[in-house]
Amino acid sequence: MSGYIERTIASLVAASERAAIAEQVAFSEGALQRVDPRVKVAGLFALIVVVAASRRLSVIAALFVIAAILAAASHVRMRRLAGWVWLPVLFFTGAIALPAIFLTPGHAVASLGITAITEQGLRAAAFLIGRAETASTLSALLVLTTPWPWVLKALRIFRCPMIVVAILGMTYRYIFVILQTALEMFEARQSRTVGVLPPSERRRLASSAAGVLLSKSVQMSGEVHQAMRSRGFRGEIHLLQDFRARATDWCWLAGFGLVAAASLWYGR
Amino acid sequence: MNIFQLRDVSFKYETVAAIDGVSLDIEAGKRIALLGANGSGKSTLLRLLDALSFPGAGSISFQGQPLSEVRFADHQFAFDFHRRVGLVFQNPDVQLFNPTVFDEVAFGPLQLRWSKSEIVARVNAVLESMEIAHLKDRPPHRLSGGEKKRVALASVLVLDPEVLLLDEPTAALDPRSQSQIIDLLIGWGDGGKTVITATHDLGLVEDIADHCVILQAGKVAAEGNPAELLADQALLQRANLVHAHRHRHGSVVTHSHPHTHPHKHGSETI
Repeated sequence: MSGYIERTIASLVAASERAAIAEQVAFSEGALQRVDPRVKVAGLFALIVVVAASRRLSVIAALFVIAAILAAASHVRMRRLAGWVWLPVLFFTGAIALPAIFLTPGHAVASLGITAITEQGLRAAAFLIGRAETASTLSALLVLTTPWPWVLKALRIFRCPMIVVAILGMTYRYIFVILQTALEMFEARQSRTVGVLPPSERRRLASSAAGVLLSKSVQMSGEVHQAMRSRGFRGEIHLLQDFRARATDWCWLAGFGLVAAASLWYGR
Repeated sequence: MNIFQLRDVSFKYETVAAIDGVSLDIEAGKRIALLGANGSGKSTLLRLLDALSFPGAGSISFQGQPLSEVRFADHQFAFDFHRRVGLVFQNPDVQLFNPTVFDEVAFGPLQLRWSKSEIVARVNAVLESMEIAHLKDRPPHRLSGGEKKRVALASVLVLDPEVLLLDEPTAALDPRSQSQIIDLLIGWGDGGKTVITATHDLGLVEDIADHCVILQAGKVAAEGNPAELLADQALLQRANLVHAHRHRHGSVVTHSHPHTHPHKHGSETI
């Protein structure tokens, strides 16, 4: 291999780069970036609920296409969306859905010796994957087109509990610190490693790294919270930018509402 | 007048005593250096003074008001206290959690509910005075160590606190960044502010402090005039603040004896 350590370092660097790109996209001048964060939270959340409730694959597919069009209009590249959202979701949901194709009783469409792929199984898998892909894409659109503090403030406006918002805020901040810490740990290890590590050593390294990172994360999260308190933080999110809904925001809200209502109707 | 009064203060991390029976009177307007080796309790003491932790035993009062968890349940008291007392952490990474440098510096004033126009004006002024205005749209976690430290300092100075607590302000900085931070601390507040600096850099002490407290294993080993304390080699050795190692004088002699590492800042001696 290029070894386990090198691959881990490359993954950590890639994660940092993805975060930087996501920040750039959030501050760019795309269609969704111009929409009031409150409208985005309400509108995209409504669409996610509709996706979960829909009983028609065609409606879920239509919402997926709408999400993809919104992404394209918001400077979110399809290739990135595929790499960051669609493929990982397909991999994980696919792993869950795969047994359903064979185990769901119903009309067999293909026989595989002792078992068969059933029409009902395929539908169940398609629903699961379709819903997961579409809901994930809509969620990703919210976080990729909105600076994270604005998302948090919008959540507070919708009465999301303060403690949840505070945890989300600290998690976001801490991800970068833990990425950096992990990167430094593996780089330090790399500088003292010659040759290829045997599998047992790789497992030992992975488990010890996880343990050290957990311990550091507990300590660091305490310090970050202290630093926030030291400057007057009492759990509430305050921002310099005030949200002001303009005529176009009301149009977007109406648009989201119409799509959600129509999808709910056709998908019932 | 005492701005802080500590009486028999003790604090433990689980079973390990970090501060052990410390009593101190800190006068308003004084510049104090907390000296001590690693693990001597400096950072813990600063956190106690900033009311981020509370003593397990003993008491701390700020301008006559006791600092306790009960007192800090009152949001107005907490806002008022943190407006007047600012802490700059040793590790700037824990202090920089906003998406841009501007947002970072504006974080404190926003929590204290200043008006938006006042926040914008004040943040811009501080960024200019710290010479980091060009960084204002950058994400703090992508800055260099010296830049991060200056942003962390700006994020506290923007509140114009009466008391500034600094935890190793020059640690891990290159000489130029160290010099800039020290210049700034010397000039800040025109001598009217209380500055408490935790450090083990003896070369800094006479520049930034007019009173010195030496901590050893969580206890006050000595306090007094910096020049007198720094001249007491036995005391400094006991507190692990000086050490002996082999070094050369020119190209001739190699020997060892206890010594400190005084240094210059920038191109001129302060």
